[in-house]
Amino acid sequence: MKTIKTILLVSIFILITAFTLIPDTGYKVGDIATDFNLENVDGKMVSLSDYKEAKGFVVVFTCNTCPYSVAYEDRIIALDKKYKSQGYPVIAINPNDPKASNGDSLADMKVRAEEKGFTFPYLFDKGQKVYPQYGATRTPHIYILQKENKKLHVAYIGAIDNNSRNPESVTKKYVEDAIDALLVGEKPKKNTSRAIGCSIKSL
Amino acid sequence: MKKIQLFFCLAIFLVSCKEEAKTDQVKTSTIPSYNYKELAPLLAKRDGKIYVINFWATWCAPCVKELPAFEKLLDTYKDQNVEVLLVSLDFPSQIQSKLIPFIKKKQLKSKVVVMNDPDQDSWIPKINEKWSGAIPATLIYNSVKRGFYEQSFDYAALENELQKFLN
Repeated sequence: MKTIKTILLVSIFILITAFTLIPDTGYKVGDIATDFNLENVDGKMVSLSDYKEAKGFVVVFTCNTCPYSVAYEDRIIALDKKYKSQGYPVIAINPNDPKASNGDSLADMKVRAEEKGFTFPYLFDKGQKVYPQYGATRTPHIYILQKENKKLHVAYIGAIDNNSRNPESVTKKYVEDAIDALLVGEKPKKNTSRAIGCSIKSL
Repeated sequence: MKKIQLFFCLAIFLVSCKEEAKTDQVKTSTIPSYNYKELAPLLAKRDGKIYVINFWATWCAPCVKELPAFEKLLDTYKDQNVEVLLVSLDFPSQIQSKLIPFIKKKQLKSKVVVMNDPDQDSWIPKINEKWSGAIPATLIYNSVKRGFYEQSFDYAALENELQKFLN
């Protein structure tokens, strides 16, 4: 009886520590990112390996419902327009569980993508498998990946720029500066940044 | 003479009444708005009290959901040197239209201040090195220790964390 109790206690302990460790996992700058295969708003499945010509990616964890995500929609479209042709397309991923976040289902995503005329894939992280791998904690949360020897290196993690509320008051364009550095073969000078955002919603 | 005295007393009474009404009105129609430098002293008091600081916004659904837990905590522990401060990250344009009506409607007892500092990349790590910037987030501190929680709380979990500071 005593051993059963001990085993039970130990397994509870392991379970608790395993779960509390999750927020500390995820990519750091320099890590290799794994590919994914997620459904797009057009019904097709998308993987990063589909983009043979890309030099890298701007992976944006974003959603329909977070006001900060909404505030950045036009800037995300502008990023895609500017950098897709230079080899760094935007790949947007909604990490929220629609059961925990009303308005973030794939059907809602389709509506939003059409309304705003998204020029990039807007993928649904079904089962919430991808965002924990990356270590995304909020929306919007950006990961710039750089292709090197067929591997995807994480080159930047953070915000798009330094003023979420007002695009006209931006003085530092973190993502643009980082991609501009990568395009001329340099490492981004600033490779992480933080910003207020909405927590990713799970049940 | 007596009549004059009475008149003065009445006049003072009326004036003081008016004053009080005025300050009360100010209290509910404006909220202190701080940049990081102004907020920082509120996050580092050394007066023997326990401070529970919650970062939230009216647009943040999980924040709104957990607010009653913070209100209940204040109500339960206010006589034990516990203070609750709600630091709103609502957009400046929505203070009048969303935040103030929300505070009135919910009749919040906790003190509310607005954090209005666009340079988030510089102040987020100063509040806590591990904070990614997602809200809700909560800081609990007293003169000797600090705890930071980038998570949602229910009342039991929040009270459990507070107990670590009470003992």
